[in-house]
Amino acid sequence: MAEAIEMQDGESTQEYLHRNNTRRAMTGVYMVWLRDMKRFWRDTPRRIGTTVQPIIYLFLLGTGLQAAFKVFGGGNVHFIKFMFPGILGMTVLFTSVFSAISILWDREFGFLKEILVSPVPRASVAVGKILGGATQAMMQGVILLILFPFLFGFSVESLGKIVALIPLALLLAIGMTSIGVAIAANMQSMEGFPVIMNLLLLPMFFLSGAMFPLQGLPGWMTVLTKINPLSYGVDMLRGIALKGVSITGSTPSIFSKIPKAVVAQIPPQAKAAIANAVPKIQLQTQRYPLWLDLLIVIGFSIVMLGIAIGQFSKQE
Amino acid sequence: MSKNGKGTIIEVTELVKNFGELVAVNAVSFEVETGEIFGFLGPNGAGKTTTISMLCTLLKPTGGRATVNGYDISTDKHLVRESIGLVFQDPSLDDRLTARENLEFHAVLYHVPRNIRDSRIEEVLDMVSLDDRAEDRIETYSGGMKRRLEIARGLLHYPKVLFLDEPTIGLDPQTRNYIWDYIEGLKKREAITIFLTTHYMEEAEHCDRIAVIDNGNIIALDTPENLKDDVGGDVIKLKTEDDDGAKEELMRRFPDLEMLPDPECKLCFKMEKGEEFIPDLIRDFGTKIVSVSLHRPTLDDVFLQLTGKEIRDEGSDTKSGMRVARMRANR
Repeated sequence: MAEAIEMQDGESTQEYLHRNNTRRAMTGVYMVWLRDMKRFWRDTPRRIGTTVQPIIYLFLLGTGLQAAFKVFGGGNVHFIKFMFPGILGMTVLFTSVFSAISILWDREFGFLKEILVSPVPRASVAVGKILGGATQAMMQGVILLILFPFLFGFSVESLGKIVALIPLALLLAIGMTSIGVAIAANMQSMEGFPVIMNLLLLPMFFLSGAMFPLQGLPGWMTVLTKINPLSYGVDMLRGIALKGVSITGSTPSIFSKIPKAVVAQIPPQAKAAIANAVPKIQLQTQRYPLWLDLLIVIGFSIVMLGIAIGQFSKQE
Repeated sequence: MSKNGKGTIIEVTELVKNFGELVAVNAVSFEVETGEIFGFLGPNGAGKTTTISMLCTLLKPTGGRATVNGYDISTDKHLVRESIGLVFQDPSLDDRLTARENLEFHAVLYHVPRNIRDSRIEEVLDMVSLDDRAEDRIETYSGGMKRRLEIARGLLHYPKVLFLDEPTIGLDPQTRNYIWDYIEGLKKREAITIFLTTHYMEEAEHCDRIAVIDNGNIIALDTPENLKDDVGGDVIKLKTEDDDGAKEELMRRFPDLEMLPDPECKLCFKMEKGEEFIPDLIRDFGTKIVSVSLHRPTLDDVFLQLTGKEIRDEGSDTKSGMRVARMRANR
């Protein structure tokens, strides 16, 4: 009955069955993904919100924090540049994870049954859902990346970074959507999902370094940031986005506030000693080697994908 | 494709489903013959949907076994799923998609070959008279249209068995008749077995055979006619000014009288040739009679006789109504 039902010449029964099953599994993934995309695209408020949200994060949060940093630090650190990868991570994170609520919608409206009773493998359905969520997250990611050259300059280097950031953000999105799917598969109530997700997500997010540099933290918090897989994800995005970019601008000299005539009378040795005593703001752009970040993010995404497929398949 | 060719298409042996302490389905066994309309009749909570869910591989049985189209429901899930069409009790369409898109989704999921996919979709849309609404989104559909589309969808992939779980629940009588016309037409047109559940007695009359289910047990299984014959004779309902006194008088005058165990009706009894009995009854009856009614046995009486209670719509419609209201509130 299926379209690939004919056995080809010289094909063993096993090969045929395998080909047929693989094809069916792929078709299932595609259809589930396509449906989620159609639903997304037809929901105009959601489409607009999705587009505008990352821009709000970047400009309001980034500009606000940049100003705050100037006040606190007295320097002109380009905090918005520091924030950019964090906001990229944050956008991908939240959109990915919350996209899984569509599973609960489908459960509520009965459509999940239609999918679950079909002969498509459950794993295909789970993967289709995960790719659907990751795609939505990446739409937002791409909107942010379009703004990338405005902050970091229009250059071949910027283009290269954008090209590198897309697959890395997608990797992160797949891992995070998987968390959402794994949890949604175990939940019956629509109301509970955001609560549970926030409980899990907010600590992960705050400890990831997306919002503030993970420097000078108390020891226990540093330990938490080290076991948070998201730290490595944000570190990875930041490492690439800020590679070769100076975000620490020239700190205004402490002597600028003192009248020139007075300054001239300070002996040069004393001047140097004073200048060294004033702490310089030095933001860490990359805490771990890139290969380590990448390894952990890939491992995390694969494990989460596995868990999501397992959890989704076992539901009745 | 059925391994046993003509004959039985569903075989159920000692099927059990427990939810914790609760025994939802208590070791039921039955067979469904190829090409018949087989009905599961029982009140809400009797275990109808649980049984159907197990046969459709949506629920894992606690015990026992069953085959559908020759495939085991526990070990050959995919083959079972390909053999069946399913219309759920609750709506299960994607209302953001058009009717055609819903059907396309289903057709691809069920591997309907691409070269016949479009023509098959036209065919089923035509069958349920929704061809002119194919490009409209489901959110614009009425309840009856949605149900018709779900039936069309259930037929799309040429299933051997079509499961209909309460196919007419929550629909108005006119739409209900409409749906039944389709179901009966289907049986004539397509080589298909129909397995349905219902708690509407009138609907059960459409079935070739009925299994009466209560508290997870099948308490009778036969054709509607045979079941009604088993009730024996007509049912006479008597209303008097003093029911207790009348009952005493009845028992005294007609000691062989078999009273029906209905708590709602104290003076209901069975009688062969009831129309000839009524004149005898009312002549010289001491208690003042308010009304006498006679009716041929219905499935209601069958159920009453078997279980001592009537099947009622015990809030099922309000519940699903509330569900719809809640879903709207959530949107």
